[in-house]
Amino acid sequence: MGAQLRVYRQKIKSAQTTKKITRAMELISASRIYKAQQRVASSTPYSRAVTRAVSAVATYSNVDHPLTTEPAVIERAAIVIFTSDRGLAGAFSSNVLKEAEQLTALLREQGKDVVYYLVGRKAVGNFNFRKRSSLRSWIGGTDLPQFDTAKEIADEVVGLFNTPASEGGVDEIHLVYNRFVSMIAQVPEVVRLLPLEVVEGVDAPADNEVFPLYEFEPDVTKVLDALLPVYIESRIFNAMLQSAASEHAARQKAMKSATDNADKLIKNYTRLSNAARQAEITQQISEIVGGADALVTTDDDN
Amino acid sequence: MATLRVELVAADRAVWTGEAKMVVAKTVEGEIGLLPGHEPMLAILGAGEVRITLEDGTGIKANAEDGFLSVEHDVVTIVARHAELA
Repeated sequence: MGAQLRVYRQKIKSAQTTKKITRAMELISASRIYKAQQRVASSTPYSRAVTRAVSAVATYSNVDHPLTTEPAVIERAAIVIFTSDRGLAGAFSSNVLKEAEQLTALLREQGKDVVYYLVGRKAVGNFNFRKRSSLRSWIGGTDLPQFDTAKEIADEVVGLFNTPASEGGVDEIHLVYNRFVSMIAQVPEVVRLLPLEVVEGVDAPADNEVFPLYEFEPDVTKVLDALLPVYIESRIFNAMLQSAASEHAARQKAMKSATDNADKLIKNYTRLSNAARQAEITQQISEIVGGADALVTTDDDN
Repeated sequence: MATLRVELVAADRAVWTGEAKMVVAKTVEGEIGLLPGHEPMLAILGAGEVRITLEDGTGIKANAEDGFLSVEHDVVTIVARHAELA
């Protein structure tokens, strides 16, 4: 077998092996998206209920709560970045990191100090590489988020939020994550978590409208104290679930195109190797013919 | 007769939803019974049993803890971090 032919055969084989892997990953992701989407859907009633309740308190009572009031000067902001643990998911993690980068630039411009919380190995790797520091990171389980992790993150950020800025606390908390739009579109999204900004779900009551008189048990402040951490947990958990669904979708898409590319490569190399084989045969024939001719002429000479 | 629309949701799923005649739940201040027409309310849930009485008189029991309870326009929402039907 000619050298050229052997090289092509090797390349075909390696493309085939890669294709097997990417194909398997594609199928795995495809089967997991469905589950991840379902988890997003099944956590929706909770977050909707929590959001409605928060809106009710915010709209129908006028209490000043540290979590809802905007501090006069914002010295430091925290950004929570949700990436994936594993790569091979296209631009999934880098999109989020880029978005966080932009947000950082914006916040710095406003004269705020920025600190980070990282979720997912990819974010940690990126920060290590750029020799940046983060306050805390969570790795493992980004493809199957657990509520306990969300609670841990929430406790941490609320704790930091309640610490005065002079002691290293923050006045603002942002989340950056991939929002799952559809199987083919995942959009990096920035949400300001604290101080609470938009409370969806309830329309602001018109001025002449009579407020339903809410009764709070035990009292408004205590209810808010209990409710807001829950709200934050549910927002964080929702972000994690969205990010997980997006990760699977992004990976499926990336692996699908990798498989397609492998197919294309195999096809091209097969063509090339066929041509090489044919060239080799042609050469051998012409060598034989040439050789035979040469023999005939030598015979004639004698 | 008016009924209550009850939603019992846990962090990761909706545990039970449906129409009911009466709901008894435990808040941090003590047990509270809710009938249709109850005034809007928001309360912190204490750990304990939630009893839902359906229109035909049968009861459903569930355990819920660590959450809150809201009533508004005959819609009762019980939101708990951990909740399950007993």
